[in-house]
Amino acid sequence: MISHDLSLVLPEAFIACAAMTLLMIGVFRGAGSMRLVLGLTVLALAVAGVLVLTSPGGRALAFNGLFVTDGFSGFMKILILLGSATTIAMSLGYVEREQMDRFELPVLMLFATLGMLMMVSANDLISLYLGLELQSLSLYVITAFRRDTVRSSEAGLKYFVLGALSSGMLLYGSSMVYGFSGTTSFDGLAEVISSALDAGASPSVGLIVGLVFVMAGLAFKVSAVPFHMWTPDVYEGAPTPVTAFLASAPKVAAMAMLVRVMFGPFGDLFVQWQQIVIVISIASMSLGAFAAINQTNIKRLMAYSSIGHMGYVLVGIAAGTEAGVRGVAVYLAIYMVMNIGTFACILCMRQDGRMVEGINDLKGLGKNNPLMAFALAFLMLSMAGIPPFAGFFGKYFVFLSAIESGLYTLAVIGVLTSVVAAFYYLRIIRLMYFDDPDEVLDRPIGGGMTLVIGGASLAMILFVIVAGPVVNSAAAAAAALFTG
Amino acid sequence: MFDGAPLLSIITFLPLVGALAILLIVQSDDPEILARNARYGALWTSLVTFVVSIFLWFGFERGTADFQYIEHVEWIPDFNISYQMGVDGISMPFVLLSTLLTPICILASWDSIKVRVKEYMIAFLVLETMMVGMFCALDFLVFYVFFEGVLIPMFLIIGIWGGARRVYSAFKFFLFTLAGSVLMLLAILAIYFETGTTDIQVLLTTPFPAEMQKWLWFAFFASFAVKVPMWPVHTWLPDAHVEAPTAGSVILAGVLLKMGGYGFLRFSLPMLPLASADFAILVYVLSVVAVIYTSLVALAQEDMKKLIAYSSVAHMGLVTVGIFTATQQGIEGAMIQMLSHGVVSAALFLVVGVVYDRMHTRLIESYGGLVERMPAYAVVFMVFMLASVGLPGTSGFIGEFLVLVGAFQANTWVALLCATGMVLGAAYMLYLYRRVIFGKLTKQDLRSIMDLNWREKVIFAPLIAIVFWMGIYPASFLEVMSASVANVIEQYQSAQIMSEGSSLAAFRPGE
Repeated sequence: MISHDLSLVLPEAFIACAAMTLLMIGVFRGAGSMRLVLGLTVLALAVAGVLVLTSPGGRALAFNGLFVTDGFSGFMKILILLGSATTIAMSLGYVEREQMDRFELPVLMLFATLGMLMMVSANDLISLYLGLELQSLSLYVITAFRRDTVRSSEAGLKYFVLGALSSGMLLYGSSMVYGFSGTTSFDGLAEVISSALDAGASPSVGLIVGLVFVMAGLAFKVSAVPFHMWTPDVYEGAPTPVTAFLASAPKVAAMAMLVRVMFGPFGDLFVQWQQIVIVISIASMSLGAFAAINQTNIKRLMAYSSIGHMGYVLVGIAAGTEAGVRGVAVYLAIYMVMNIGTFACILCMRQDGRMVEGINDLKGLGKNNPLMAFALAFLMLSMAGIPPFAGFFGKYFVFLSAIESGLYTLAVIGVLTSVVAAFYYLRIIRLMYFDDPDEVLDRPIGGGMTLVIGGASLAMILFVIVAGPVVNSAAAAAAALFTG
Repeated sequence: MFDGAPLLSIITFLPLVGALAILLIVQSDDPEILARNARYGALWTSLVTFVVSIFLWFGFERGTADFQYIEHVEWIPDFNISYQMGVDGISMPFVLLSTLLTPICILASWDSIKVRVKEYMIAFLVLETMMVGMFCALDFLVFYVFFEGVLIPMFLIIGIWGGARRVYSAFKFFLFTLAGSVLMLLAILAIYFETGTTDIQVLLTTPFPAEMQKWLWFAFFASFAVKVPMWPVHTWLPDAHVEAPTAGSVILAGVLLKMGGYGFLRFSLPMLPLASADFAILVYVLSVVAVIYTSLVALAQEDMKKLIAYSSVAHMGLVTVGIFTATQQGIEGAMIQMLSHGVVSAALFLVVGVVYDRMHTRLIESYGGLVERMPAYAVVFMVFMLASVGLPGTSGFIGEFLVLVGAFQANTWVALLCATGMVLGAAYMLYLYRRVIFGKLTKQDLRSIMDLNWREKVIFAPLIAIVFWMGIYPASFLEVMSASVANVIEQYQSAQIMSEGSSLAAFRPGE
């Protein structure tokens, strides 16, 4: 039986072994091994991706139901691995230039990725917490990786304190849920709740309070309002490649986990949690739209933008249907790609060899580096959700599910905030194209970066052609969660 | 010649291919050569597109309301969404209008655009793809993608090559239109949820519940009213027109405003007939206000482009009145008025552009007595000015006359007030013409102004021809659209009868 269990966790087991091996390689080879470790990290992630792709489809449980693999986890894992591998590869140039080239960075990112994979596959509150903590602890450390700068340490500390608080809430909620249901297993919880409802009893208050705490903890991880306060500071303070990493794969993992928890064990409490999701969704969309308007630091801007985007993803969850989850899956896939592309552009913002982060530094980019400006314009239009770019289709499928579920008010608020948000995305285009440059950004940006930026922006425009297959695989992922 | 070929897709995507070619192939270190090659590349692309679209005009089967040249490719099969194209008598003329105006715009920008010529030409070709695609789309999602896609190149054209307040205007244009469109998107989603399809051909014959129609109607109204634009959401238009480069104004007035009218005619009226009947009075009121109020505003303008922009709002007010009369004359009049306005206001912006290129001012008071130095210009200006006023024999007359005939059948007061607006229209256009062209040439810097050159004459010649063709023999345009218009009206009326029948049945359940 153990071999069956191991075969299901093969990608995770492989990454765990790889991370430890890389740690040893780094220790024994000492300073200067960063390049090698980073390369091997990306390779390990690629191998894990192949393992996920070749693993058998269908739902299967391992380790007494602590761990589950299904179509949904497969889809999300591919996204996570893709996001991690790309952002880790992107960080190479930066860490070498900024004297951050210590081998622990890629290894910690690898551990974080392992935690994310565990999160998406967790089928028990305990395993969920383990995955989440592995991911969070690694992220706290890499946020504060530039320990000699005040901003980075401050960001790491803030992230840690608030993150620990949210983990505490999650844990407290879990214990309440356990106390009132007698189980931590997702399947067990679903059974307890549905049999109680079938018997005509209303769900116990303790269970609902526990659910609210669990949701608060998870909302923190996806940086949804009102648990978003850490996001701008951490995004701004963390070294840029770390911010890029934070903004892509962990968001996907946390959202996937939220979806699984809401629709799995607590699926029958939909009526109870839907209102909460609607409220935080509206709050996130509005805050993301309005608070970003006055930002001058592009990393802060992206933080607010990510809060807004998470609000749109929550619209899909609020719909509470298979169509909603499908919308979530499509949105996350698109969001991750455009986010990585945008951060690749941010990583290329250098003047005379030093990094700049003000959005005004993008002034006149359309003249100095037309191709990069072009790509960034594509990404910004996609973020704003303007057709024919990919971001529009993400919003389309999410709002489609909202309309299907009769959430008209939510949908109207959602589209109107997207108009407000369009303003600040357009402002970046305006700076690049309408204004004249003050100071020129450095060129060239390097082959690898060109590849990432070009790839991401092409994906934005070519999505119209490949929409069918992407939507189909998202639909399959969503269906896997519902057929159980 | 094009039997079986996907003609509409060719017309739609040819400019895009040209744009890509210019983007990738046209490279040079010498900015002069780069600009020249980009200009010629764009001109040839748009001319070839126009020639191909002429086949559409001749191959189009008159006398049927069916969609023609249909193309169908699966796109997102799980959602029943497909890439579908096709034209009928209502959309086909607009396709030609778009393909005609684009080469004219490119010619008009030949000398006046001096910076970033390559990007400018690419933006125009992309814009053409979006416009043509929007008129051809027979799937709601495809339609929406093109409808919104238009905003991007136009935003850049205003923002990069525009005048002093270009940033403000570009943002205002983009955000106003986007705010309207996203509500339409929700309506499209609601329709999709209700019927399970986004196929426009199917939806045109699907009856929607009366209560739902109201909400859908308002969502569509939000989008199209901004586009048309109707009072009071017209304020983006004067700003956008004034700041946009000449060719940008031409496309804006010539085609982009028509997208709103086209939307009302294609979707609101046939798909939501009950709501359209209920809210027709709202449209009448807003349109009449637009016709009279903006005409008065136009009378007071000091800036030529702004004056023509306000006149556009007034003319489009007539269009919306015509559409919602739901009579054969009213709708055909609205169609002719849209086509005529597409040519005439586009030409008027070009006329302003001619003197702007020479003197770099649009203030009316800077001119006067131009007839002494520019006789050919004065003639061209006069033709379009009179067409705008609606002189018999020009295209403007046919449109306004038919709209008024339709309006009289629907509501006498509306017709009366619209006619008042036309009188005002004559006033501000003639007043403009007198101040710019007649009088004594007293301004020193006007003494050396040059008359039209051959390039400008080439630009104006086809537009003048169309103005007279449409004015003297409108039948060749009416025969294209009459079957489709009759079909729209039939659908509209049968829906009213059905609804009256059902309410009577509800009233007397015993029978």
